[in-house]
Amino acid sequence: MKPAPFDYHRPGSVAEAVETLAATGGKVLAGGQSLVPIMSMRLAAPVALVDINRLPGLSEIEVDGGRVRIGALVRHRQLEQHEAAYAANPLLRRALSQVAHPTIRNRGTTVGSLVHADPAAEMPAVLALLDGSVGVVGKTAGERTIAAADFFVGPLESALQSDDLAVTATFPTPPAGTGSSWIELARRHGDYAMVGVGALVRLVDGAVESARVSLISVGLTPVVVEVTETCAGAPYDRVDWQAAQDAIVAAIEPEGDIHASAQYREHLARVLSARALQQALDDGAAKEAA
Amino acid sequence: MTTKLFGQRVPRVEDPRLVSGQGRYLDDLGHDALAVAFVRSPHAHARITDIDVTAALDVDGLVAIYTYDDLDGRMAEPLPLLIPHPTLTQGRTPYPLANGEVNHVGEAIAMVVATDRYVAEDAAGLIEVSYDFLPPVVGVEAAREAVDLVHEDVPGNVAATYMQETGDAAATIAAAALRARLQLSIERSASMPMEGKGVHARWDDDDKSLLVNTSTQTSTSVRQAIAAKLSLPVDRVEVVTPDVGGGFGVKIMHPWPEEVLVPWAAIRLGAPVKWVEDRREHFISSAHERGQLHEVEFGYDEDGVLLGLSVEFWHDHGAYTPYGLIVPIITSTQLLGPYKPRAYRVEFHSLYTNTVIVTPYRGAGRPQGCFVMERVMDYIARDLDLDRAVVRERNFIQPDEMPYDHGLIFQDGRPLIYDSGDFPASMAMLKSLVGWDEFVAQRDAARREGRRVGIGLACYVEGTGVGPYEGGHVRVETDGTVVVSTGLTTQGQGHQTMLAQIVGDELGVPVDRVRVTTGDTRRFKYAVGTFASRTAVMSGSAVALTARKVRAKALRIAADALEASVDDLEIVDGRVQVKGSPSAQIDLSTVAVLSNPLRYAFDDAARRATQFAGRADPTKPPVDPGDEPGLEGTDYYSPTQSTFANGMHAVIVETDPETAEIKILRYCVVHDCGTVINPMIVEGQVHGGVAQGVGGALYERMEYDASGQLVNASFMDFLMPYASEVPSIEIDHLQTPSPLNPLGVKGAGEAGVIPGSAAIASAIEDAEGFPITAMPISPSELFALRAEHPAPSRRAP
Ligand SMILES: Cc1cc2nc3c(=O)[nH]c(=O)nc-3n(C[C@H](O)[C@H](O)[C@H](O)COP(=O)(O)OP(=O)(O)OC[C@H]3O[C@@H](n4cnc5c(N)ncnc54)[C@H](O)[C@@H]3O)c2cc1C
Repeated sequence: MKPAPFDYHRPGSVAEAVETLAATGGKVLAGGQSLVPIMSMRLAAPVALVDINRLPGLSEIEVDGGRVRIGALVRHRQLEQHEAAYAANPLLRRALSQVAHPTIRNRGTTVGSLVHADPAAEMPAVLALLDGSVGVVGKTAGERTIAAADFFVGPLESALQSDDLAVTATFPTPPAGTGSSWIELARRHGDYAMVGVGALVRLVDGAVESARVSLISVGLTPVVVEVTETCAGAPYDRVDWQAAQDAIVAAIEPEGDIHASAQYREHLARVLSARALQQALDDGAAKEAA
Repeated sequence: MTTKLFGQRVPRVEDPRLVSGQGRYLDDLGHDALAVAFVRSPHAHARITDIDVTAALDVDGLVAIYTYDDLDGRMAEPLPLLIPHPTLTQGRTPYPLANGEVNHVGEAIAMVVATDRYVAEDAAGLIEVSYDFLPPVVGVEAAREAVDLVHEDVPGNVAATYMQETGDAAATIAAAALRARLQLSIERSASMPMEGKGVHARWDDDDKSLLVNTSTQTSTSVRQAIAAKLSLPVDRVEVVTPDVGGGFGVKIMHPWPEEVLVPWAAIRLGAPVKWVEDRREHFISSAHERGQLHEVEFGYDEDGVLLGLSVEFWHDHGAYTPYGLIVPIITSTQLLGPYKPRAYRVEFHSLYTNTVIVTPYRGAGRPQGCFVMERVMDYIARDLDLDRAVVRERNFIQPDEMPYDHGLIFQDGRPLIYDSGDFPASMAMLKSLVGWDEFVAQRDAARREGRRVGIGLACYVEGTGVGPYEGGHVRVETDGTVVVSTGLTTQGQGHQTMLAQIVGDELGVPVDRVRVTTGDTRRFKYAVGTFASRTAVMSGSAVALTARKVRAKALRIAADALEASVDDLEIVDGRVQVKGSPSAQIDLSTVAVLSNPLRYAFDDAARRATQFAGRADPTKPPVDPGDEPGLEGTDYYSPTQSTFANGMHAVIVETDPETAEIKILRYCVVHDCGTVINPMIVEGQVHGGVAQGVGGALYERMEYDASGQLVNASFMDFLMPYASEVPSIEIDHLQTPSPLNPLGVKGAGEAGVIPGSAAIASAIEDAEGFPITAMPISPSELFALRAEHPAPSRRAP
């Protein structure tokens, strides 16, 4: 389990990093928590690594009225423990606490996880649920912002081109009165989930105004399902999630693997969606009451 | 005896070193050695038509590539069949490197030696092997159907069929008032030590001698095997086991192909060579265990007494049989547990499949046997609506029936005779520990809240301390240090502490004066190895006997020096003194000096033993006939049969009515390993065993697809439980000493793992209300079972 030979570059600026990517055809090395294992197993053999860990200015977390924006070198753990980010958007911490184990969160970057685009990963689903975006600098395509809806293309495939560097991710803060939740079921604590569900439920004057979920491990990318139609207007203490569950199950395409059959995943999506929606609703109600 | 270390919670002397990174494991050795990587078969069953190494030859740093054609002498023969058995008529073992055919994914085809492991892997990746595919045989069913054969000259894929019977099982079952049949299965798992295998070999061309380090459970036997394979005189080969990061059975198998290939290459190349197994290699080229399918027929009476039991089972031993029939023999004999059916018949078929070989993994066939027997007990209880503990009690062998002869032959080739145990007392202890009698009310209360909880229990008996023998060497150095050596090896169990406690008591010295060495053939040549929970029984007894010899000699010399009678002497804190008048005393270190008559005074202490010191009686030789210089001794312990430890586990689980998650709420253990040398070490062993039992019950399996690929060959998909999945464990000890050895001890190493699947299945069954017949079980599988057993048809609680 030793990687094949590769060249190593450690650029000093974003511009240099992008130039190096274009010149070498190499891969970005961020936290290395996904890339290094697949290189060690020789499932990937990039000709060069472009290590971005010393790039200045990419480790910041900015929280303002409408969003939490993170640089490409912000570690999962750093964002998870960031108090202002939590105050603005508790969903981030709730989901991040389910990403792997603390030692992996200490090194793994949240932006790296977005780029890696694993359909079982939490943070792509969170970005999609919040309608967030990724800020990119590329040699060919230049500087731009890609919306979450366009970013996750397929399993382990994002919209980035080979000479693109993702520099930021932006998580919009949901409007006031919105409750959120993250629930997942993994075989062991910290494993990739068999099914995970994030939910946002907004209450206005004690009634549901909108509701939306994002699911992992039930499709090729995170699956966002808008379920407002199934529950809008319901008073907060009398919401029946049945119709929402049906809509969610209709939208997913779970596959079976050695850890969970397709039927079981579908069943879990149904059960966990109702639990997540209810938890988000309770969270919203608590906020409204406060 | 004054220090009384025996029975105390002495902190493990090895821990400060091991937990602070001071351990010296195989990969810590030989930084400058040449490194090895193997080309392993990506196919489960194929004929090799060509091996093309051309592209690899250009790799910078490549030293050598070896294939079967390069092997000479006995290296070109198949590896040994370690434990022959008269019924193993179709035993097959692999060649060190594949000879024209591969029989499982992972079988070694070419050995690449290079300046480092990176380069070796680069070159290995460039070697092109061409194959003609043969149909793979995967799983017990396919092996049994035998449409395709693993070895074309082994009909039916059957290596051996072995039957034992006491009484007339068929007639007893036929005559019983009640009868039933069950089909029960257990999947494959594996030992999975944190440290994989590894070998480092150095050849001294001037001395024509070989020094091999290997991460093994038996250095003495690896030494013999290497000498035999490489046609070297045994006295030119030494094998030293460094710290070993866990074995759990997989490292008692030997010689692994790599254990002979690495020394062979070191000699050919005249340079140190090292191979360290990586995790993927461990998954696909070490050993697995547990995969068995059992068909059970039994007859019982209205009181729940098991009258006749007949078990036929099919054991999947993988591609080869180097370790013989040990695992299925253990299942077939230890299945009986603490019970005594009037008649018992067992027949097993050991089958070839195109998968990794099967050799003992902690528990070694017992978890399967325990699962079968305990499912039978639960079936009888359910059928008769009796308390599950009561049914077991009615079938127990009673204390006054010990020693109890089952009339079968055990894995050591000797009669299966239980030496000790008090099963009713153990059961009483377990029931009170877990609150068995109160649980029904708790379960019903939980059900009223919509929760599903259940309790399960399982009992086992474990033959431990298997022979033939172990030895010990004890020497008191002239600085008062006591050095102890035993030939078997240690993998982190705490042997250094446990053996030091035994010797410390016998010689009256504190633990920190005792230094224990294991697994070093330079120190001790005659040994068997570490397996079958045998170290405390075998080496513990051996070092106790040895220390007693040394003690007797020390007292004799001291009596002479103190002009006292041996009977009046005692040893306290490293000093021999006259009982009642401690002023007449002599240090054990001084006794050691006096034990060795000297010419030269190389230090102050030695001066007292030199020829002009005025001690010697000029009429006698300095060393009496029959005596030896030095305060040391060697002795061996060889029992007539194994000791039988036992235990009972109870577990409370909760299953989520919606998600089918399975959570362990409590896990209780009553354990009887005879006299306990160190309760903390025994509890640690039980904890580790339970963790593996939980793994085998709820998480681990070897997921082979139909083509023979192991699709979960990494820790990402092979789910060993984390600390977060292992429940906290409550333990009580019952001590029924074994009459067979000087210490009264029975083995404890494997105990914790044995009843895991049986007890957890019992608890899930109790929570869910339908039978569990296959383990492990995952939430996804429980969900599927629920669909097969819709709620209305379930038994009322
Ligand atoms: C045992 C284990 C368990 C895990 N469990 C989970 C889990 O439960 N949930 C989960 O979500 N994740 C899990 N992970 C993955 C972890 O979250 C990773 O940290 C994350 O997927 C990738 O982040 P990284 O910074 O380590 O990226 P790297 O491994 O460095 O890179 C990953 C990929 O993204 C590319 N990349 C990274 N950053 C950029 C960038 N800024 N611009 C362009 N390309 C980039 C790399 O080139 C590479 O292709 C687990 C990992 C391990 C080892």
